[in-house]
Amino acid sequence: MRRTTWGAVAGAAAATLVLAACTGGDPEEPADASEAAEGPVTLTIVTNAISGGKNAAEADWIADWLIPEFESAMEAEGRDVTVVFEAQGVDDEDYKTKIALDLQAGGGADIIGMDGIWVGEFAEAGYIAPLSEVGGSAVDEWDGWEQIPDAVQNALSFDGERYGIPQGADGRVLFYNKTLFAQAGLDEDWEPTSWDEVLDAARALKEIEGVIPIQLNAGTAMGEATTMQGVLPMLVGTGAQVWDEDGWLGGTEELGQVLDLYRTIYVDEGLGDPVLQQEAAGRDTSFAQFAAGEIGILLEGDYFWRSVINPAEGVGTAPMADRDEVVGYTRIPAREPGTGVNGQDFVSMSGGTGRVLNPGSENPELAWELLAFMNSAEAFESRVAGTVSITPRDDVNATVLEGDPMLTYISEEVLPLSSYRPGLAAYPEVSLALQDATASVVAGDPVEDVLAAYTDAVAGIVGDENVNDG
Amino acid sequence: MAPALALIGLFLIFPALWTVYLGMTDYRLTGLAAADPTVVGLENYTSILGDPGFWRSLRLTLVFVLASGVLGQTLLGFSIAWALRRLSGPVKSVVETLVLAAWVVPSSVGAFLWLALLDRRAGTLNALLGTEGTAWLIEHPMAGIVVFNIWVGTAFSMLLFSSALNGVPPSQMESARMAGATAWQQLRDVVLPNIRAHILTNTLLITLWTFNTFTPYLLTAGGPNDESAILPVYIYRTAIPGGQLGMGAAISLIMLLINLVIALASMRVGRERRRRS
Repeated sequence: MRRTTWGAVAGAAAATLVLAACTGGDPEEPADASEAAEGPVTLTIVTNAISGGKNAAEADWIADWLIPEFESAMEAEGRDVTVVFEAQGVDDEDYKTKIALDLQAGGGADIIGMDGIWVGEFAEAGYIAPLSEVGGSAVDEWDGWEQIPDAVQNALSFDGERYGIPQGADGRVLFYNKTLFAQAGLDEDWEPTSWDEVLDAARALKEIEGVIPIQLNAGTAMGEATTMQGVLPMLVGTGAQVWDEDGWLGGTEELGQVLDLYRTIYVDEGLGDPVLQQEAAGRDTSFAQFAAGEIGILLEGDYFWRSVINPAEGVGTAPMADRDEVVGYTRIPAREPGTGVNGQDFVSMSGGTGRVLNPGSENPELAWELLAFMNSAEAFESRVAGTVSITPRDDVNATVLEGDPMLTYISEEVLPLSSYRPGLAAYPEVSLALQDATASVVAGDPVEDVLAAYTDAVAGIVGDENVNDG
Repeated sequence: MAPALALIGLFLIFPALWTVYLGMTDYRLTGLAAADPTVVGLENYTSILGDPGFWRSLRLTLVFVLASGVLGQTLLGFSIAWALRRLSGPVKSVVETLVLAAWVVPSSVGAFLWLALLDRRAGTLNALLGTEGTAWLIEHPMAGIVVFNIWVGTAFSMLLFSSALNGVPPSQMESARMAGATAWQQLRDVVLPNIRAHILTNTLLITLWTFNTFTPYLLTAGGPNDESAILPVYIYRTAIPGGQLGMGAAISLIMLLINLVIALASMRVGRERRRRS
């Protein structure tokens, strides 16, 4: 019996070693990188975009323009390259989990789309590497960098190194339904200058049967959308930031003001639907309800305008045929005029997505060629032909934004006022703590208790000494 | 013998030991601790045991196992088997097919059907009851997943008890009836003693399955605000979207131990019973 047992252990150990050997090195890896370029090569792209669903315009552009153009450009150089697009159409959090698991397992696509705010934690984990380390000297020589402002490049940078190429900048505004505003006797050219004026409009909208006056994202089900389209735009309106030189935001008076606002909207006055923000598909539902004229005011990014409610065929997930007439947009006011960060009257938050190279790519130099191709002026011109968005490139923006009043507004009125999230690895966890705090407030917990719980949570993430309790 | 042990070692013991090791590190999905996890000893366990979220999840799991598995599936499965025992023909086939269908349908499909049934805006249930706008899975998340799990799993109990009831000697039933026993007395004095072993097996299997099932995640994702986060869901949310792989491994180990206790306890009961008979 004893011998059998030892045999089994030895067998298991041997099997483990075999497995380890399999994962340790790739036997098919060519000894010389140039050798790889000779034979047929397949490059893969993954991003959270899918034809007919989320970010459909990007997905269609990749499939219909990018892949054929790049493949034929390569063919002209005598190279046999196939590009495969792995379309995804899921919540951002699920997408992040997927690519983290891919990269952790040493797999994943050659070019990976990601939110700029994930770069820090992915870089620290060693899942991604600075672009010039992966793509070689061609990266720093790329002429596109001159066209991309430093502030925009920062969105995909970490510790002073570029990890990817950003896809542009976005800004946040209050979208409102002009038809409902007219019905409630409100001015259709709305420009609120304080939170109170927003609440007053919501109170007027409440008189209309079957309408949710205002939806301010809350709770954990919406993930980062709660932080980016809820807590942070309000927070910068109080003059505070989630992170500054004094450390991470603790349970301060300013956060208290933000949570009080949530309480007013969802608990005390019933101006928002507290159930909607807990639903598993709550954000998509809020889009659909806004499009159906059932939500009066919604805080969203310009993504909402150009991608969600876009009436162009096959672009929007909740298209509004009369978008240009019915939907108004206005800057987000500070709590009171002048109380915003830097003494601003109006505020916004900006973020940006981008694309990185997989350090485990078998053809990193070719992958860089594809990435550079995707970010050429020509590529962006084709990309924004149907659905204009603010691109990272100054040369392209100069020509394409002209014809689009909404994006001109974002670019000229909103972006100069906008704040950015800190590109630090701890941010996603702090963000989750903020989402938790809003969830508790909306569920009816007293604001003081929530502030205390939030302070503990943040201290647990970054350490007591790094929390600013102001 | 040796190949079997090797397989067990590879697929059971090695992962279990690996879980023990991971549970003692601060390993994460992303960030510095993903590249270079450090051993933190029992720190994960102390923070889990001090976390009200874990205890709530454990309590929800017990409620879920008792209500949907031990009570719901067993009682409903037995009732159906009992009601159908002397039936034959189309009625029996139809009922059995319906119950079996719930079991056979892939869980993602089943969950989607329930989502459509319970949807807040266009759900069938709201249309039937005239309760438009009721978000069942948000207002009653635990009740929702309990009913769902009863629906999914009743078929097993039904099948097991059907065959058990067939094994009850007809002569004993006949004598009980001759002696004027009521249906309840027949059940209590003749049927139950005859199928005790089946009840035990059924309870053990269902407890283990229900304890470990992840399917309710498809319905509520553990929400709202963790109100339906039974342990498997809680582990998933901690380890994968939450990124705390080390912590997730530690909770998994606690769950593994609870599973072992359940299995050992029931094996012991089984042995006692055999010895007595």
